[in-house]
Amino acid sequence: MIRLGRWIRAFVLFWVDFVVGDDWRVAAVIALALLGTWGLVRADVAAWWLLPVAVLAATVRSLRAAVLRERP
Amino acid sequence: MNLSVLLSTFLAATIEVIEMVAIVVAVGVTRSWRASLAGAVGGLLVLAVLVASFGIALQSVPLKPIRLGVGALLLAFGSQWLRKGILRVSLDGWAKGFGEEHVEAGAADGFDWTGLVLSFKGVSLEGLEVAVIVVAFGAADRAIGAATVGAAASVIVVAAIGLAGYRFVARIPRRALQLFVGAMLTTFGTFWAAEGVGVRWPGEELALVWLAAAYVIAALLLVRLVTRWRTSVARSLATDRPSTVGAGR
Repeated sequence: MIRLGRWIRAFVLFWVDFVVGDDWRVAAVIALALLGTWGLVRADVAAWWLLPVAVLAATVRSLRAAVLRERP
Repeated sequence: MNLSVLLSTFLAATIEVIEMVAIVVAVGVTRSWRASLAGAVGGLLVLAVLVASFGIALQSVPLKPIRLGVGALLLAFGSQWLRKGILRVSLDGWAKGFGEEHVEAGAADGFDWTGLVLSFKGVSLEGLEVAVIVVAFGAADRAIGAATVGAAASVIVVAAIGLAGYRFVARIPRRALQLFVGAMLTTFGTFWAAEGVGVRWPGEELALVWLAAAYVIAALLLVRLVTRWRTSVARSLATDRPSTVGAGR
């Protein structure tokens, strides 16, 4: 039973690490951008640009935060 | 044998097989060949079971939700690698880390489950698309045999090219590979996830090329920008003034 609990915990942690990594905001922006893209598609508006732009914007923000965290 | 079906299936399947082999080689070179090949074999086994169970009915399998799920996961993971690659290259340059450095701590100790999952997803999704192509092309002209031979030939040719090219890829410094593989996974993830929510890409499958180019160019520009931010932070610390990097945060 304890072994099963440990296995489930390790399984959940693996997927959290896989999706979220060390900056949950990037994963959150991707989720929101996908939702926005779906909304634009439903409204019959060209939406291919939204996801790449959101990914790059989230990456820039995350990199800036990482550089600031490196300060001693 | 219906040669026109064989050739059409070969060409259509090649696009999907290139994506499949690119992911397996990228994961193998940067993380672990054992995990990458295990994931690929797992993906092919799942695919074989699906093909054996559904047969012609595969044409009605809804690909959009699968593309969305696989694409979103690849995008989340790929963007992490892209970011880490940019941070490492901007810190110590491109060449450091040649051959001796593991880009991900988890890949060095024990079995690399992340590598297995990445490879499994790439192979099972792309393999499913190849299976759908085979069924669609084969069923239309009652030539499943010719379509299967066309797709199998495509897998053999592209896998052989992948095997021949991996030694060259393995010579690229690890941190540079992490950046480029991150850009590649982000490209596939963006493409599939957006297709999953109904996006029609300009240029269809060719969008993969310009999307990859855009991510790589952006990454190279970001390497320079992050280097400048670091210099700015170091200078502001040296002169004991607050950094301008975080202005407006």
